[in-house]
Amino acid sequence: MGMNITEKILAAHSGRDRVVPNEIINAKLDLIVCHDVTTPPAVQMLRKLGINKVFDQSKILVTPDHFVPNKDIKSAELAKQLRQWREEQGIERYYEIGNHGICHAIAPEQGHVLPGMTIVCGDSHTTTMGALGTFASGVGSTDLAAALATGELWFKVPETMLFELSGDLPFGVYSKDIILYIISKIGVDGARYKAMEYKGSALKSLSMEARFTITNMAIEAGGKSGIMPVDDISEEYVKARTNEPYTCYYSDEDAVYSETFKIDVDQLEPIVALPSLPSNGRFIGEIERVKMDQVYIGSCTNGRIEDLRIAARILNGNKVAAGTRAIVVPATTEIWKMAMKEGLLEIFADAGCVVSTATCGACLGGFMGVLGSDETCLSTTNRNFVGRMGDPRSKVYLASPATAAATAITGTITDPRDFLKN
Amino acid sequence: MSQLELTLKGAAHVYERAHINTDEIIPARYLNVHEEAELARHAMEDIDKDFIERVRPGDFVFAGDNFGCGSSREHAVWALRGAGIKAVIARSYARIFFRNAINNGFLAIECPEAVDAVQNGDDIELDLANGLMRNLTRGSEARFVPLSDFARELIEDGGLLPHIQKKAAQTS
Ligand code: SF4
Repeated sequence: MGMNITEKILAAHSGRDRVVPNEIINAKLDLIVCHDVTTPPAVQMLRKLGINKVFDQSKILVTPDHFVPNKDIKSAELAKQLRQWREEQGIERYYEIGNHGICHAIAPEQGHVLPGMTIVCGDSHTTTMGALGTFASGVGSTDLAAALATGELWFKVPETMLFELSGDLPFGVYSKDIILYIISKIGVDGARYKAMEYKGSALKSLSMEARFTITNMAIEAGGKSGIMPVDDISEEYVKARTNEPYTCYYSDEDAVYSETFKIDVDQLEPIVALPSLPSNGRFIGEIERVKMDQVYIGSCTNGRIEDLRIAARILNGNKVAAGTRAIVVPATTEIWKMAMKEGLLEIFADAGCVVSTATCGACLGGFMGVLGSDETCLSTTNRNFVGRMGDPRSKVYLASPATAAATAITGTITDPRDFLKN
Repeated sequence: MSQLELTLKGAAHVYERAHINTDEIIPARYLNVHEEAELARHAMEDIDKDFIERVRPGDFVFAGDNFGCGSSREHAVWALRGAGIKAVIARSYARIFFRNAINNGFLAIECPEAVDAVQNGDDIELDLANGLMRNLTRGSEARFVPLSDFARELIEDGGLLPHIQKKAAQTS
């Protein structure tokens, strides 16, 4: 009986020839990513226990992202604690304001994520990094503390669900639509405790950027991780960023999966997830053209350069509708700079969008676009739970950056293909 | 050795719905602090404004499937514990919440049968030694899914960090 990628990575990191689902193992970690919300409590726990040194500072990456530039005194204290701790530990991979980014975007962008790695971060969207053939999973602060102290963590080996994606994405349809479609089919607990592995011919037409959007949202189906096999596209992405050696793992022909789903992406259309679950996805033709008070383009799901390019292509020469606000948040400083050089920021500004520095911001209802009672927002983020972006009575709709841009122009939920034609 | 009280008694606070997520347990806007007492003031506030007024130390939260889905914030466990909640009893749990619970030595018990039978305010007795939940108000009993050996060990050690320290002391 063969093994799949996830099992092979976990076996290799726990000193075993093989592992099987549901076994509890202790895995060595290659990368631990730290941000300003969940790391300070972990550091506090370590201090209480008298553990003053991390296991290996070269395997840790730190970037403040959630409430930065700090939105208030309390969040300034958190970022300060993070900063002091990283200085005291001598952690070199640090991305300070002006150089920072949302952790799941900046870690791969800056060449710290290599195929075959095991990665944890105190954040549920850590699954993003699985698109580079890694086992990457979100944990809480206690796990993070244990990981920082020992360089290992316990895991229950997950069962794996296989998603075979065939075909080519139709015009105006994007990887966000694929993942919203999958979640609408399997539900927000459809992959609970499981790894979501992707393969198939459709991957060939998806850039790394597009792939990260898919693995990013594994957690929205309850998944422990999302993973894609390494191919030319991912190798090219990695090699452009680092010379470090790495190991690629591939699923055996006879690997075992708990379920297999076949999806022909040719059949997809733009999808919008209605409030207040990410699994409420509907084809755009089937839903009402609800009025939007706000459009939000950004986050670790869809704040990458390709996302901004498509949004700018649609917004170019158009204006944001009266009565609608549009906010654009590049996921990293590097992306912000690229957008500036490519003239995208100017297009956004001319259209009447606000462009922010990289931050989690309103994605989690922090700041920079928080919603008031009964307000509506079409967002390229990943969650539309009650109160996620502000007041519990506000309503969040999830969609691709193209759908978001088209919606900004009309002020009601709009099919991006209406604007991409001309 | 074990820090666990084997019999717990308290009142039930019931949220029958599935997928109660961490944004509902503790909204992200409060994540700029991590003190349990401070977090507790906002526990469940977006779905139940009066929760924190009603809850008494030792009470239980009952919930449907996939409790605690969403973000990885351990603040969800801390907010509930800070509010005095002794255990959550749900039909099932989202993975990171469950992991955070046992890593904190906090009881997250799977017991669909007990959730079926419970009403808000019922007096509940949790008998951990026998894996039994007694609904004293209704006179019913339900057997809960036993924790795995590993999860039990973590909870008995008081959480992951004390567990790791114990292991380190044993090997040195
Ligand atoms: S952008 Fe949103 S989902 Fe991503 S890490 Fe930040 S808060 Fe979480």
